[in-house]
Amino acid sequence: MNRIYLDYCATTPLAPEVFEAMQPYFTKHFGNASSVHSFGREAKVAIDAAREVIAKFFGALPQEIVFTSGGTESNNAAIVGAAQSFSKPGHMITSRIEHPSVLQTFQELKMRGWKISYVESDETGMINVETVAKTINAETVFISIMHANNEVGTINPIEELATLAKSRGILFHTDAVQTVGKLGIDLRELPVSLLSLSGHKIYGPKGVGVLFIRRGVKINSLLHGGKQERERRAGTENVAALVGLGKAIELRKNEQESEWQRLRALSQSFLTRVLELYPAARLNSNAQSRLAGVVNLSFPGVDSLAMVMSLDLQGIAVSNGSACSSGSVEPSHVLRAMNLARERANSAIRFSFGKYTTEAEVETMLRVLEKILEKRTSRPRSREVLVAA
Amino acid sequence: MNTNSSLHSKFQIPPGSGATVVVAMSGGVDSSVAAALLHEHGYRVIGITLNLWDYHASGGNVNFESGCCSIDTMADARAVCHKLGVPHYVSDFREIFERSVQQNFVSEYLTGRTPNPCVRCNTFIKWGAMLQQAEDIGADFLATGHYGRVSLNPLSGRWELRRAVDLNKDQSYALWGVRQAALARTLFPLGELTKPEVREIARALGLKTAEKKESQEICFIPDNDYRRFLRERAPEQVEAYGEGQFVDHTGNVLGEHQGVPFYTVGQRKGLGLAVGRPIFVTQINPSDNTIVLGDEDELLRYEFIATSVNWVAEHQPDNGRVVTSKIRYRDPGAAASLYDAEEHSVRVKFHEAQRAITPGQSAVFYDGDVVIGGGVIDRVLDTPS
Repeated sequence: MNRIYLDYCATTPLAPEVFEAMQPYFTKHFGNASSVHSFGREAKVAIDAAREVIAKFFGALPQEIVFTSGGTESNNAAIVGAAQSFSKPGHMITSRIEHPSVLQTFQELKMRGWKISYVESDETGMINVETVAKTINAETVFISIMHANNEVGTINPIEELATLAKSRGILFHTDAVQTVGKLGIDLRELPVSLLSLSGHKIYGPKGVGVLFIRRGVKINSLLHGGKQERERRAGTENVAALVGLGKAIELRKNEQESEWQRLRALSQSFLTRVLELYPAARLNSNAQSRLAGVVNLSFPGVDSLAMVMSLDLQGIAVSNGSACSSGSVEPSHVLRAMNLARERANSAIRFSFGKYTTEAEVETMLRVLEKILEKRTSRPRSREVLVAA
Repeated sequence: MNTNSSLHSKFQIPPGSGATVVVAMSGGVDSSVAAALLHEHGYRVIGITLNLWDYHASGGNVNFESGCCSIDTMADARAVCHKLGVPHYVSDFREIFERSVQQNFVSEYLTGRTPNPCVRCNTFIKWGAMLQQAEDIGADFLATGHYGRVSLNPLSGRWELRRAVDLNKDQSYALWGVRQAALARTLFPLGELTKPEVREIARALGLKTAEKKESQEICFIPDNDYRRFLRERAPEQVEAYGEGQFVDHTGNVLGEHQGVPFYTVGQRKGLGLAVGRPIFVTQINPSDNTIVLGDEDELLRYEFIATSVNWVAEHQPDNGRVVTSKIRYRDPGAAASLYDAEEHSVRVKFHEAQRAITPGQSAVFYDGDVVIGGGVIDRVLDTPS
């Protein structure tokens, strides 16, 4: 069966160029970047080069880039690191639609005496700047709001939010795992204090990410040990992965704009076609402000898990809810926070397209989707007929 | 695959003809073999493991996290499916399981009855929500690793549920609630096999679940302490009962008990009383929070009403229909006559008095191997003679 992957928000395939760039660093250049000798130097040079590429990519300084093991670590490091830099617990603000690696970390801080406010989103998963402004009080020291939501792809007004925080002297963190490498981010213009990104969402390897820490922002570190990453993140560097992330970012520089246009058109026409196919379908993403490749749709009357299974049985990969460790699907906290009616939340499917998605694949998926939606009205074959056959 | 062909001759499900079957996979040896046999017989198999409850929500000792609904179990089921080259999914039915099985379990005990959660899980979860999902994804059949048999009786036109060949493992007692339309879509690949044969097939196929031990009695109470579960789930109601009195059948007070929810008709152990002879719970009275104790012969009764009845092999039995009635899982059954059968209730009169007819337990009526129907014992009609 020819499989079709339409779940780029979950993860992306490694770009062949990235794979190629990484390979020498598993075997030939295996050195420990902290070593004095030539093996160590090779590794160190490669890491510095990757750091430089990434910094340049969004207008940061190399020393503002801290490599981590991925989005989850970056989010934990930003939130816990900031909290620990204060002498006593105060007040922090986040939203209800954040990734679990943000929500659960705030949950942890709550146990340690922090007061946490969760702002609501609108019914498209958008956070309102005014709402955040009203939530700020004299004790507020930290705000974390994601750049674009991973389930619906709605993009938040991050510049206004970051500016608001800055004007009040509050640290601002954004989980930009879904946006870095997809839409232009210039950190000279965007006044965030901290920003998280991940490698495997942009055709890089899994298990690597970055926490951007703006110069002058002091946060405590999570991992203690060696002096790697300017003593902000101890542990022998995963050199191949870091090289891979650098390469992935480098590729995005030349691709992201044209890909945005292409995916926008592709997903727009997909959306139009689905609505013709199933007029009851409802867009859950924000129609104006959404990631180009992400369409979250509800099919009222259809159980979303059954739909994901039916598509998978035809070799097509899409998502409902969020993936979890057991492979089971929890009811989506994001769709619930968006206050969607139960029926709508339970029938929501996320289609996410990426750089290797072709028009032909989307065409095939539409045909399969049509069959599945049609078949729902007909019952399965009867047993008597099968026994006789 | 190369399995013993003599075992396969006993395997009498219709050949696949490419039909799609969802197999409910618990991660144990039985459902693994059920999936493997169907796969080998040409069915298009889809494995689904149900996620029904959380360890942390069920309480008890989390070290017991190895039974059903644990991450390990799901991994086992997934590994078996991967070996067979068939898809595997986990379906989250925690909410409906909570509503239709766990809440009922608690409320039954709170009214002095002894529930049978497996029966409700089969009726409402496996042959309810799961069958619906199977149909939603285009499956023709639902199969499980239960030991039972199902076939169409051409004379009556009804789908019949029969005891498994392996009477030690027969699970037809817990399947009486499955409706006709659902039975028509049901396959029991293990019905003609014995448990040792099933293990042999699993070994021959190299399934990693071949040597797994049997699952525990109530899956969602992994520490087997239902009293703890009740106290945690319904603290106020349990508290409201408080302690009550043990009495004999003439009303003499014999001592204090911990509350109606913690006792079962027929129970002898754990009463905390020493009266110098074996003494049993013969009746539970939630209305005045008393529990009647008596000698073993005071447990003997003839007649009860069953409700929530589902008729399987017969539309509605005639008055006086003689059956073998089982009143608990490990009960060989005894001759009884059915009276006043209605769509959802029936009066059952044993030919000889039976020990500990327990409200809340299922009564299942057999004619030989065939399940005529079943229901939930609602109340005992007679007093000991």
